[in-house]
Amino acid sequence: MSQPILQVSALRMTFGGVQALAGVDLEVGEGEIVALIGPNGAGKTTLFNCLTGMYTPTGGDIILNAPGKKPCHLNGLKPNKIVERGLARTFQNIRLFGRMTVLENVMIGRHCRAKSFILGAIFRPPATRREERDITMKSFALLRKVGLADFAGEFADSLSYGAQRRLEIARALATEPALLLLDEPAAGMNPRETVELTRLIQQISADGQAVLLIEHDMKLVMSLSQRIYVMDYGKRIACGPPAAIRANPAVIKAYLGEEDDAAA
Amino acid sequence: MPILAEIRFALRAALWFVFLTFPIMVIKADPIGQTVIWRWRNAVWVGACSFFVCLALRLWKNYRAKHPALGPSNDGGSFIHRILDHSGQRRAFLGILLAAAILFPFFASSYQTNIMITALIYVVLGLGLNIVVGMAGLLDLGFVAFYAIGAYTYALLHLHFGLGFWQSLPLGACLAALGGICLGFPVLRLRGDYLAIVTLGFGEIIRLALENWGEFSQGPSGIANIPRPGFFGMTLSLDQSILFLYFIMIVFVIATIFVVNRLRDSRIGRAWIALREDEIACQAMGIDKQKTKLAAFALGAFWAGGMGVVFAAKTTFINPASFTFLESVIILSIVVLGGMGSIVGVVCGALILVLLPEYLRALSEYRMLAFGAILVLMMIFRPQGLIPTIKSRYPLENLTDDRP
Ligand SMILES: Nc1ncnc2c1ncn2[C@@H]1O[C@H](COP(=O)(O)OP(=O)(O)OP(=O)(O)O)[C@@H](O)[C@H]1O
Ligand SMILES: [Mg+2]
Repeated sequence: MSQPILQVSALRMTFGGVQALAGVDLEVGEGEIVALIGPNGAGKTTLFNCLTGMYTPTGGDIILNAPGKKPCHLNGLKPNKIVERGLARTFQNIRLFGRMTVLENVMIGRHCRAKSFILGAIFRPPATRREERDITMKSFALLRKVGLADFAGEFADSLSYGAQRRLEIARALATEPALLLLDEPAAGMNPRETVELTRLIQQISADGQAVLLIEHDMKLVMSLSQRIYVMDYGKRIACGPPAAIRANPAVIKAYLGEEDDAAA
Repeated sequence: MPILAEIRFALRAALWFVFLTFPIMVIKADPIGQTVIWRWRNAVWVGACSFFVCLALRLWKNYRAKHPALGPSNDGGSFIHRILDHSGQRRAFLGILLAAAILFPFFASSYQTNIMITALIYVVLGLGLNIVVGMAGLLDLGFVAFYAIGAYTYALLHLHFGLGFWQSLPLGACLAALGGICLGFPVLRLRGDYLAIVTLGFGEIIRLALENWGEFSQGPSGIANIPRPGFFGMTLSLDQSILFLYFIMIVFVIATIFVVNRLRDSRIGRAWIALREDEIACQAMGIDKQKTKLAAFALGAFWAGGMGVVFAAKTTFINPASFTFLESVIILSIVVLGGMGSIVGVVCGALILVLLPEYLRALSEYRMLAFGAILVLMMIFRPQGLIPTIKSRYPLENLTDDRP
């Protein structure tokens, strides 16, 4: 693994008495696809929320080292600043802008890479016109990439479930992230859509963007990821390539705890 | 038999209504004769009205459920959008509208022109509030405060420094925008109901300050003798200055529509709408929530401030009673009635809500009641407003051509 893009060390997050993250270490390398798995309530989404600034972690450190930029600490930054630094995400429970068109949803992703403000909007100088054209063009290209170009003019909430998930990915990609965080991107998808999604994620990785994904679909995880982190009760319990994870007794215990108990 | 069930339901609702309104509608104490008057006829009226209204509503709802083709997407608003979509028709339509607007004061009395000026002021106010409520989704119940700031800016600047309309106009608008930012900062974290309550409080604070801080604002007696806008130093007769103000307002309305339209189709306008749709996702996609919210508050207030100056010039006398909560409610009703976020809708909403009560004088006593009824009915039957927003389109045709 080359220089890691994302380096998380001893990350802690407590809600009152609940310790959702109890010192998590995690690294993602450039262009890598890394999966994060674990039983329900393990703290996976909480980790994403800490990384993207929705929660302020109660301890530990997050360092983002996007290519071509200076390494920076992310803890305590506002979500929009973190996106500017090169980290974008999708949501486990889809959060699209329902009454905006599919294209506009992606255009929102371009917001942080554009500059024009009130005066630019009113007077539309050539710089703003160029910027708008650039936003539209890049957004439409992304829609084509995720296979939603035909729906560009529809409202986002009229899309099918699988299409909404892909739109979330396109919207996140529009922010030009160095690392893309996907929270259960295959949830609720049928097998054909899942295959398409696998191809899309591989394509994203081939384009040089690193991917960190949370997923419960083991087939997808095993076929896609180069490395897998396993979490349980806010702690990392295993880490390694798919084959090693599959054989790891701690992982099997976490997932099939009851069976283990029954045997004992 | 479903109709029997409906009748039974309506009957029950009517009895309930009679029961609830019994103490105020039926019992009346006669303090002189020391007796109680029983107004049974009122009970019959309440019962009958609520029975028929309830039954009609239920039947209509059933009918709608059985005929989904009549759904809300299939509406009269689409007619206006169809015209505005077609560039040739749009030009003709807007041309006729403009010609009518220019010719209007020459055929109407100056009383009617005056009413039209008021209506146009509310069009601009509605468009301003539309930025805050319709686009950015920030429920602001104290919008009238910015209107007051603008009006008092002009009145006080004229009183103390002798400044004229044209100097005061930008100052009033900018001061109101500043006020918008001042209100925006403390409420950045609030949403929905909480935001509504704080903004309502802000509106009342401004009004109460104007009422009680006599040395500053001359209190409830108000400020009189505010000059109407001058025309290059010429003195105008009353009719002429009304005419002049009318044309100023036409220009303002056109300018506002132009600017608001451009804002809507811009990076910042999309950010406002995204903020309305989902605040969390909006931040997670890299939008600076604070900056976007403050921009919405400031720009909304800017128009209100400008209109405050025009209002002061139009009435030549202002006092705090012109800036009550009712004003905020009227402006909000304009936005809701017209269609949240829809520019055409807000223009129509303002004209309807201001002109109708003026021409139906008999109704003006029941204004509040009518607004309440309109808002409730709109929420039930047409939550998207009279003329809802359409999807924005972007020139994709040019883009697909240079496909690699
Ligand atoms: N805002 C919060 N306040 C209090 N507790 C929280 C909060 N967010 C998460 N938690 C708790 O943190 C723990 C981890 O939740 P999290 O959503 O991260 O799980 P997860 O691994 O994503 O599970 P799933 O696979 O079901 O999505 C849970 O016990 C949850 O109740
Ligand atoms: Mg989760």
